[in-house]
Amino acid sequence: MKTSMIQRLAVAALYLFLLAPILLTIAMSFSNDPVIAFPADSWGIGAYVALMQNQQFTAAFGVSFVIAVAVVLLCIAAGVPAAYAIVFHSFPGRDALLLMLTAPLLLPTIVLGLALLLVFIKLKLIATYFGLVIGHSVVALPYLMRMAITAFENLPPELSNAAATLGASPYQVVLRIKLPLIRRAILAGSTIVFLVSFDEVVISLFLVGPRLTTLPIEVFNHVGLRADPQVAALSVILVLLSLAIVLILERTVGLAKALK
Amino acid sequence: MKAEPSGVLTNMWTTQNYVAFLSDTFSLWIVGRTIWLGSLVTALALILSYPIALFLFRTESRWRGVLSVLLISPLLVSSVVRTFGWMIMLGDHGPVNAMLLGFGLLQHPMNISNNFTGVVIALTEILMPYMALALLSGFGRVDPACEEAAATLGAPPWSRFWRVTLPLSLPGIALGVLICFALAMSSFVTPQLLGGGRVFVLATEVYDSAMVSLNWPRAAVQSVCLLTLLLLALAGLNRLTKSLARL
Repeated sequence: MKTSMIQRLAVAALYLFLLAPILLTIAMSFSNDPVIAFPADSWGIGAYVALMQNQQFTAAFGVSFVIAVAVVLLCIAAGVPAAYAIVFHSFPGRDALLLMLTAPLLLPTIVLGLALLLVFIKLKLIATYFGLVIGHSVVALPYLMRMAITAFENLPPELSNAAATLGASPYQVVLRIKLPLIRRAILAGSTIVFLVSFDEVVISLFLVGPRLTTLPIEVFNHVGLRADPQVAALSVILVLLSLAIVLILERTVGLAKALK
Repeated sequence: MKAEPSGVLTNMWTTQNYVAFLSDTFSLWIVGRTIWLGSLVTALALILSYPIALFLFRTESRWRGVLSVLLISPLLVSSVVRTFGWMIMLGDHGPVNAMLLGFGLLQHPMNISNNFTGVVIALTEILMPYMALALLSGFGRVDPACEEAAATLGAPPWSRFWRVTLPLSLPGIALGVLICFALAMSSFVTPQLLGGGRVFVLATEVYDSAMVSLNWPRAAVQSVCLLTLLLLALAGLNRLTKSLARL
């Protein structure tokens, strides 16, 4: 169906609204003023230089990166076998397990964060890598689980049956047929898990301490103080990271599918 | 919930924290404020996302793929970053105020950040991709042939929209409203940062009780209250969808 000129203009305006904060952040990251004002008095890459020299941010970047990688590994190790069990086996409590492993998507993170705080404080896990990795995995695992479950469900059973007929043992069927066939879904799921962990704020707010802080928390605390071009520069780097992940998702499974 | 006579947690169970919370007019005001924020943001997100989703559904442009990706990709940008963008945008020295002052439309910068208005604007933008995604999945079930049939039978564009397209896209609307309402009511980052400490909703209160005043029982009561609201919204919307489906 054809769309009218007015319709197109309206949609363009709405897109502008949708993308405005990100575009503005990119523009303001090239402001050389100490405090962001529009339009900036001088432009340059001063904010990026300052950012690279800011040890608070670079240290927090390292922490977030390590945690995100650990969360990805943990989610693959736990999520893929769990998805396999849920799809290919029936056992008592299967539906309950599926619900428990995907429910955190629906729970407000603020409630989840408080719950984790109350439990972790007794276990002395506050401000530890272990605590943060577990906390992030709770919210990130459902994304990987869903993708792995969908991928396992869509596998044509003929392939596994053919392999079994040709003498492959059940383990060989899993390792050499099923897992390689869903590797795109696992890759897509892992990128989402990485991003969820790397960007996670609310749960981290409850679980970090002065000894151990993640990058989003540093940004969160910094943003409250003043409108600093350094934060804008950092935001641009985070946007570029998201963009890389968007591209990976779009190439592997399609973005719209990945976020459903 | 555990009792806390002097702030020290004991192992006794009590309903006293609920009584204290529910008999306090300020906390009831916060509950009302949370529901108001959720409803307002959801309504705005629906109104603003619907034209985009409708356009993407109808268009045959070769930009359709790019536009879809552009629509959804803000979802992958951290909410802190997007809130920060809005803080610059709406601040006293931001482009919105700079432009209005420049055109002489205003004498003083308009107060649109560090208050409820700013939070509503930013949250609407932040939740629009979720709404659009839900609407698009709803449109997926609409057969374009229905619209064409209505057109063949002589229905003018407006009545085609009101009587054919809109009713058929209701499942998508219901899903989008549910997701947005839940996310808006439980949003924390935007009210906390853009509210400048002057916007109080349940989520910011949970954080405040737990991390600032260290009153964990109160934080727990507030969390349960938030969860109850979300469950009620879910149940209410579910009934509404079912009764609409019967029409």
